[in-house]
Amino acid sequence: MMIRYAYSKLAAAAALLPLAAPVRADSGWGLLNMTPGVTDISRKIYALHMEVFWICVGIGVVVFGWMIWSLIAFRKSKGAVADTSLVHNTKIEILWTAIPVFILIAMAVPAARTLVDIEDTRNTELTIKVTGFQWGWNYDYLDDGVNYFSRLDRASDAARQLLSGIDPTTVPNYLLSVDHPLVVPAGVKVRLLITGADVIHSWWVPAFGLKKDAIPGFINELWFRVDPDKTGLYRGQCVELCGRDHGFMPIVVDVRSKADFSAWLKATAAEQKQAAANAPAATPAAG
Amino acid sequence: MAYAQVAVAHDDHSSHDDHKPHGWRRWVYATNHKDIGTMYLVFAGIMFFLGGSLAMLIRLELFRPGLQFFDPLFFNSLTTMHALIMIFGAIMPAWTGLANWQIPLQVGAPDMALPRLNNFSFWILPFAFLLLLSTFFVPGGAPAGGWTMYPPLMLQGGASFPMTIFAIHLMGASSILGAMNVIVTILNLRAPGMTLLRMPLFVWSWLITAYLLIAVMPVLAGAVTMLLTDHFFGTTFFTAAGGGDPVMFQHIFWFFGHPEVYILILPAFGIISEIIPTFARKPIFGYEAMVYAIASIAFLSFIVWAHHMFTVGMPLAGELFFMLTTMLIAIPTGVKVFNWCATIWKGSLTFEPPMLFALAFVFLFTIGGFSGVMLAIVPADFQYQDTYFVVAHFHYVLVPGTIFGIMAGVYYWLPKWTGHMYDQTLGKWHFWLSAIFVNVLFFPQHFLGLAGMPRRIPDYAVQFTDWNMVSSIGGFGFGLSQLLFPYLIWKCIKHGVPIGNRAWEGAHGLEWELPSPPPFHSWETPPTEAVLARAAVH
Ligand SMILES: [Cu+2]
Ligand SMILES: [Cu+2]
Repeated sequence: MMIRYAYSKLAAAAALLPLAAPVRADSGWGLLNMTPGVTDISRKIYALHMEVFWICVGIGVVVFGWMIWSLIAFRKSKGAVADTSLVHNTKIEILWTAIPVFILIAMAVPAARTLVDIEDTRNTELTIKVTGFQWGWNYDYLDDGVNYFSRLDRASDAARQLLSGIDPTTVPNYLLSVDHPLVVPAGVKVRLLITGADVIHSWWVPAFGLKKDAIPGFINELWFRVDPDKTGLYRGQCVELCGRDHGFMPIVVDVRSKADFSAWLKATAAEQKQAAANAPAATPAAG
Repeated sequence: MAYAQVAVAHDDHSSHDDHKPHGWRRWVYATNHKDIGTMYLVFAGIMFFLGGSLAMLIRLELFRPGLQFFDPLFFNSLTTMHALIMIFGAIMPAWTGLANWQIPLQVGAPDMALPRLNNFSFWILPFAFLLLLSTFFVPGGAPAGGWTMYPPLMLQGGASFPMTIFAIHLMGASSILGAMNVIVTILNLRAPGMTLLRMPLFVWSWLITAYLLIAVMPVLAGAVTMLLTDHFFGTTFFTAAGGGDPVMFQHIFWFFGHPEVYILILPAFGIISEIIPTFARKPIFGYEAMVYAIASIAFLSFIVWAHHMFTVGMPLAGELFFMLTTMLIAIPTGVKVFNWCATIWKGSLTFEPPMLFALAFVFLFTIGGFSGVMLAIVPADFQYQDTYFVVAHFHYVLVPGTIFGIMAGVYYWLPKWTGHMYDQTLGKWHFWLSAIFVNVLFFPQHFLGLAGMPRRIPDYAVQFTDWNMVSSIGGFGFGLSQLLFPYLIWKCIKHGVPIGNRAWEGAHGLEWELPSPPPFHSWETPPTEAVLARAAVH
């Protein structure tokens, strides 16, 4: 708690600078690492990330320790005399070429295993087509006749205008909320078929662990299965530069229980059918 | 004319020494490697400050959430132009400038092998960048599709689109000509007795870099030409509707792009391998291993390109292949770092500015290497790709890596070029400010990326505010600190203390056998075996 407090003091100090921003309650100082996420795959990725990170830290401690030791021990000002005969040592050179090979294998094996799991797209239970466009997403529940667009919500959109005068900290989930989130069931292997309508976009929800490019003319596959008890809202963004409003096409996934999801799907399908019947012919389902 | 001078040089050196052309002719008609080297370095310096100013504007907009200064499209132009200017305008010309100055001095050659080509390859550059920079003033603004120029987005560019492509063609031509000159000089103009395995490592690193340049710059030219024909002449290389493939562009681009990142870093490896022995007063450890490591890195650079595009949807076998080849790069890179450490071990160390920059290079480049290994791990890359983690990674290898390498080189050789020792205290100030601020600037970007902030966005969710502010403060600090550098150089030229041949006690190499500054035409008589032996770097 004390550390938290000290951090927010620091934030306050930073705020005194000319471009001061108000100090917020939800401090970002603690955001230092990837989160384990809410799927089996995302946890495996997180574990892999941490494994490789700690290996790097270990190597860093050895190499930097060696360097810092040398920098202190062999200073000319402390009378160090250079050992000019030390120019080559086959044994040690072979050793430090070989040891990294084993370290790399230790990283590559679990990485390859996880990768095989990620690429296993069999037995999916629900397929949704995701189309990125400039600048938003279209979600099409292929087997259920539900199709709608998902764009940056109005509050964020108003605040993000150049010199809007609206303080972004007053907007709930600024730049990370949409008008119509993607709704999926928890505990179900959901397959996304991802494509682009105009330029390349990329669909990413960090809590699910994966991202995939939305490429015009091509269809990419991505799947996830959210833990059954992890219902709720998950947020992400487009991560491939796609033009002027690339920074303003968030992704929100509303993960519901299976029963809630079925009810929602049914109601939405009926609603859209009704709307299509009422509307004059050429109007799209949602705007 | 330069050929003639080189040919007749042997009989009357002294009279030729002051035969410089005067006034503007000296620079426009320049064929002397030192003059051309100076022009390259000055050009690179100007571009460094220009590209840096754009970076300051980027950090200004990102200081806090909300859009305070720029339209998002202009922000995209800033990031695109920052990258193009820094890569093609600052770093690559700086390396060519250092090559021009140093390679003839270091291999005992009277000049570069192809002096007129040398003039041409330099003078292409100002025009290329005039063309590129003028895009800021055309309808639609400067290119905003990222320096990677991915279609179809790039094809949406306005008037800037063909101008950018022609500018890139010009820069590519300049690089290829410069690289040819380096190769011919190294292979044909070495002094008798200067065998390949006696060459300083900077020369070795440039020889390999030059081959990389010749191999991949035409690939880039091909890729952007296909973009041009797609846009204007109805081809559909990269348009799915016409049977093309937008991902093919990415394959071609990164087939250029990955070797390109080594083009940017290998000469720095060479420079660091010269500076560390000098200030450790001890020959480089494992000279031959260093040469083989550079060669292996260069070879591997051709078979790793798709690690930039793991999220495009590749088959499993492809992902595994590119993951493994990328991880392999850690081995020769590790050898280099270990050899630098072993060179320091049992040395007699002093910490003049070039050494400080070189040591910071080893530390901070290694951090960039670590994040590079992390990025190679495909499943983890699915999380890192296109976030600030990547931005942090490549800026660690490019700023405290490449840029510190260039600065280390300038601090090392400036006394040789000017004949004056610079203000070392000021140099140390420049170093410490740069080293501290560069970490304040880029280290928090690792956190931002891991916490989920995408790259190339002008505005962000409020939880990213704190680390973005820190990063911006680091950026402004780093940018301002760089102003010390031109001031120090100016002061060195005007008021520096004259020095003798060997500016640094532990320096070895043919350049230190010449007076400081070296005569306008140096090594008109090739160095004798005795001089070569005294100058031996290992
Ligand atoms: Cu986008
Ligand atoms: Cu690469």
